[in-house]
Parts: sequence; structure tokens; C-alpha cells
Amino acid sequence: MRPSPARTPFIVRLGRSFDARSWLLVGLFAAFALIAVPLMHLLLPPENPLHLSTYFITLTGKILCYAIVAVAMDLIWGYGGILSLGHGLFFALGGYTFGMYLMREIGRDGSYQSDLPDFMVFLDWKELPWFWTGSDHFLWAVLLVLIVPALIAFIFGYFAFRSRIKGVYFSIITQALTYAAMLLFFRNETGFGGNNGFTDFKRILGYSITAPETRVVLFGLSALALIGTLLLARYLVTSKFGRILTAIRDAESRVMFIGYNPLWYKLFVWTLSAMLCAIAGALYVPQVGIINPSEMAVANSIEIAIWVAVGGRGTLIGAVIGAFIVNLAKSWFTVSFPEYWLFFLGTLFIVSTLWLPQGVVGLYRRLQAGRGSAQDSEPAAAPGAAVATAATVAAVAKGAGV
Amino acid sequence: MKPGDRLVTDNPDWDSGTAELGHMFRPGELDLSHKVVLYLDEITVSFDGFRALNKLSLTIDSGELRCIIGPNGAGKTTMMDVITGKTRPDEGKAFFGQTLDLTRLSEPEIAHLGIGRKFQKPTIFENHTVFENLELAMKTDKRVWRSLLALLDSAAGDRIAETLQTIRLTAHADRLAGLLSHGQKQWLEIGMLLMQEPKLLLLDEPVAGMTDEETERTGELFLSLAGKHSLVVVEHDMAFVKQLGGKVTVLHEGSVLAEGVLDEVQADARVIEVYLGR
Ligand SMILES: Nc1ncnc2c1ncn2[C@@H]1O[C@H](COP(=O)(O)OP(=O)(O)OP(=O)(O)O)[C@@H](O)[C@H]1O
Ligand SMILES: [Mg+2]
Repeated sequence: MRPSPARTPFIVRLGRSFDARSWLLVGLFAAFALIAVPLMHLLLPPENPLHLSTYFITLTGKILCYAIVAVAMDLIWGYGGILSLGHGLFFALGGYTFGMYLMREIGRDGSYQSDLPDFMVFLDWKELPWFWTGSDHFLWAVLLVLIVPALIAFIFGYFAFRSRIKGVYFSIITQALTYAAMLLFFRNETGFGGNNGFTDFKRILGYSITAPETRVVLFGLSALALIGTLLLARYLVTSKFGRILTAIRDAESRVMFIGYNPLWYKLFVWTLSAMLCAIAGALYVPQVGIINPSEMAVANSIEIAIWVAVGGRGTLIGAVIGAFIVNLAKSWFTVSFPEYWLFFLGTLFIVSTLWLPQGVVGLYRRLQAGRGSAQDSEPAAAPGAAVATAATVAAVAKGAGV
Repeated sequence: MKPGDRLVTDNPDWDSGTAELGHMFRPGELDLSHKVVLYLDEITVSFDGFRALNKLSLTIDSGELRCIIGPNGAGKTTMMDVITGKTRPDEGKAFFGQTLDLTRLSEPEIAHLGIGRKFQKPTIFENHTVFENLELAMKTDKRVWRSLLALLDSAAGDRIAETLQTIRLTAHADRLAGLLSHGQKQWLEIGMLLMQEPKLLLLDEPVAGMTDEETERTGELFLSLAGKHSLVVVEHDMAFVKQLGGKVTVLHEGSVLAEGVLDEVQADARVIEVYLGR
């Protein structure tokens, strides 16, 4: 960072986070997601080879949401050095908070034709629990999506970081957190539909949720959310804040002795990361049409870490690439060889940590730099650290019985 | 640095001069009214029953350059840990100036009050450039939202350039700090300390791994800092200690064994026995 004139409006500084080439790519991506996809899905007849199917829209829209989660994970893990194995919780909470609204939008069209959501009728509840108050308002739901998971993350993070819990210990307690939440949400009495969760949505803001136009809009919003997430993340990691964050990752005590309190830095990025996951969850649920406690399973959170590891930690774009590679592979495997999926995932993870410590992006950079001349530019990729991370994830995963 | 060069963003009354004007004490600020910058009284630190510090008492005057020597395991580093808030003493008092109780403050709070520290093992940000290392250390508002919006103004840029020159790393400004030589890393850490503009500098074996020429230059730098800053230097290198002059404190088994100018201390029979005569 060289001196630059102060008094630059923030929005301009945000815009400068991407260079011209990145903006070009973003522009192309936006044009594809917001113009080409709707046209190809809505206007072209199914016989046309360029027609995009509903399957394509739903699958890709879903992965766009996962990509947001992956970027959020890369912020906290790749840059902050904090491996969360509970990020699925914040994703699920975003989904649940928005799902409450979708449940209310069903109105009397449920199987019991009641004002209450079906599962409440089934439990013989006569009125909505207090925390469902206002859930029929779209804006209230959006507000809850932004606030509730972030607040939970803030409180949890405050105590964890204040107690200076780090490394494997932090990973384990985040796992415990999501696991405990899953058990809580499995109970019918908790008030979120027990193990069935929320499903059978009918409408969103009065529009049919399965209508092709609605799908296209949700897809476009997911794409915009991903672009926004990347822009914000890029701004953060190139700001002084980002340099402090990586400094905390590399030498926390030095950071303290020059007068920064790591607690607030970690807490900020942790809470922001949770908030981004919640937004992704809220966009995900209307597209897939269901949210249930299995989203909080420990395995889901571990998978998020794997997306980032495969794509390349500490690169942001690698997180997006990783989310796409792993999830496209997953959707292919689960159709063709469902029983081999977990083996494939494990192999992928081991291969990427042992031989591709910087993931796919690192491989690409190495190839670009020309064979064997990877010096000066990439010191972060200590193989030891990668192996240790792999061992951590493996140990933690084993402990959780995944 | 000329006085007019101060960072515009910074607290203008950073220099401790105000405290000396008729003892105008403000809470949370360094009070040097009795010319004492650091006051340790009967500090005891035990690790599993082993006393790393044993009723250690020490007073450093404002502007003083003090050398601390002592055999390995004497407790020199532990003493610095206590002063900077890393280790809490089991017993005893530690005051910064007249009023600031160091045993009740956290590491960042102590750093903020004006105590800077160089670790025994050079600790810099290896994945950041030399320039960025200095940028992060610079005295400024270190709260999160400030860092989120911080832009480097030209005054700050000048200040970093100046420090780069002092530590002779101008040519390496954009290199990753991890690629520097050991001696250069030591200097970078000293540079980071200078950027913090601390009132009290704690330097744990600052010239270890430096060439003779580098060592001598470091000595000159420290001497130029003394007076305006207070320095506590832990060193094994006797030539360096001699160059610095000033008072020397000998630590042994967690307490002060002798204190005085180097020649005096070196002539002390007990010191010769435990330390110099080995
Ligand atoms: N965290 C700790 N746990 C247990 N013992 C410790 C700890 N820190 C220091 N010690 C012990 O306290 C004693 C003093 O250690 P300290 O590092 O302060 O010595 P020192 O004077 O700095 O030595 P050196 O010249 O080798 O740096 C040593 O015996 C050391 O083993
Ligand atoms: Mg020591």
C-alpha cells in the first residue's frame, strides 16, 4: 500500500477493490446471470439446445449460495486463520428465519387449511409462539435473517475469543455448537417443525415460488449476492483491516504488543462471516424448497471447509471455484454412484491438502509462473500447516462420528 | 524526525511533557512527575513452584538507558512478560509512571499506553512486506472501524520512509519480511518499535545474530533514543553493553544481584562467581 489521497468516497474505494480485469469478469458473469439465463430459460423452447432447464437453474442457484458461504469461510479461515466447523449453523439459521416467512405465506393453502403452519396444527398448537410474531412480514423476515444469526455468532464469538480459544479447540466447540443446535431443532417443541423442518412453500411476496419467473429472480439475486460478497471480502482483505487480520493469523502476540486487541478484529470478521452465511441460507431455502435440521449436521460444516481447501485458501475466488467443483461433482456422484461420494470427497481433500496446499488457484498460479520458479511470491503455503489442517479436520471429524 | 512532522491524525499531546508541568495528572495517562518511568516492587512469578522471579525490585528513570544482564534462566524475559501484561505476577507491584498499574492491564492496553517490546526471538509478520510491517506498527487509532477505513496519508508515508532509512531497509520495503536475514529481521522489529513511538522500549537481546558493524549501529541508534525515550536492554554481548554505557543491572535466579556501571559490576565478586567467571 502506497500513500493514496485521503477523502476518497467509500463507494469509490469499494469499487477499486477489483481491478479492471476482475470488473470485466464480474460484468460478464452478471450479464450471464441476469440477462442470458432468464432469456435462455424463459424464452427459448425446451427443444432448443440453448434452453436452460429448471434443473440447471436450481442446481446452479443453489451452488451460488454455497459459493457465498465458501467466501465467508475463506475470510475467517484463509485470512483469519480460524477454522470454523460450525458454519453450517449460520447458513441453516438464515434459512430457518426466512423459512418462517415462507411458511406464513402458505396461508390457508396447507393440508389443514389453517392459518397456522401445518406442523403446529399437527402438534395441536392453538396460536403462534411468540418468536413467530411478525413472521408474515417480508421485511421483518429479512431483518431477522440479518440480525439473528449474526447476534448468535457475536455472543458465541465474544466468549470464545475472549477466552483465547484457538486452533483445534475452537474448531471443536464450533462443531459442538452446530450439533447442539441440530438436536434442539429436531425437537418438535422448539417450534421449527422438528425433523421435517419447513417445506411445501407456495409463495414469496405473493408470487408462486415454483414459477419460472420467480426462479429466475432468485437465481439473479443469488448471483448479485455473490458478487456483493466477493466485493466486500476483497475490500476487507486489501484494507488495513485485512492486513491486521492476516497478521493475527501469523503472529497474534506481536499484534497484541503493538496495541491491537485481536478480540474485536476476530469478532468482526467472525460475525460478518456468519451474516453472509445467513444471507446465503435465506436465498437457498426458497430455491430448494426445504430446510430441516440436517443442514446443521457436522458433516455439512466440514464440507464447507473442504470447498475452500480444494479451491485454495486465502484467495477468495478459490472459494467460489471450490464450491462449484465439489458441488457439481457431488450432484453427479449422488446420481451415478451415491455410495462412493464420501470416499471421493475424502480423497479430494487429502489430495488437495497434501499436493495442492493452495488448492486449484495455487495450481493455476504455479503453472502460470512457469515450472519450478515458485519462490518469493507464495510463502504462505507451508506444507506443514496444510497437513496439520488436514489432520485437524480428520481428527475432529472422527471425534464427531461423521 | 522534526517535531512538525507528527501525524495529523494523532493525539497532539503525545509527548509526556505536559505531565511535568506542575503535576497535572490525568487518569489513564503516564505520570512522570517523580522521574520514574517503571517501578517494579517485590515481583514474584512461579511456574509450578519454580520461582522464575523472586521478589524482584527495579526502578527505571525517565529517559534512562538501562542494560540488564544475567545468565540464562535468570528471569530477564519473564520480567518483560510481567511488564507487558503477558504474565501476571503472583505477588508484587508493577507501575508505569506513578499511576498506571501494569498488573491490571491487558497486552494491547499496555502497548497503547506506550510500552513497546522487541522479543528475544525476532517476531515480525513474515507474510507481510517490510513496509506493511511498519505500517501496522505505526502509532495510530487501533480500533477495528478505524482500520476498516484507514488510508495511508502522506505524513504516514513519510514517517515510514524515514524509519525505513533508519533501519536501512529502504531497498527492501516491498519484500516479504520472512525473506530478510536474521539481522535485518531484528532491525525490522526495532523499526516497528520506533513506529509505535513508545515511551518505554523493552529490548530482549536486540543484537543477537547481528554482525559487529550492525551491532555498533544499533548501539548508536539506542543512544540517540535515550533521553527522549526510556530503554531497557537485555543483552549477553558485553561489548555492546559497554558501548551503551549507563547503569547495568545483574539478574540472577529471579532477583537483582548487583547494580551499577559496568566496570563496577564486573568487579563484583558475586557477579564474577555466578556469571562472568563461568
Ligand atoms: N511459561 C513457563 N513455564 C515454566 N517455566 C518457565 C516459563 N517461562 C520461563 N520459565 C522458566 O523461568 C526461568 C526464567 O526464564 P527466562 O526466559 O525469563 O530467562 P532469561 O533470563 O530470559 O534467559 P535467557 O538468557 O536464556 O533468555 C527459566 O528457568 C525458564 O525455564
Ligand atoms: Mg530470555
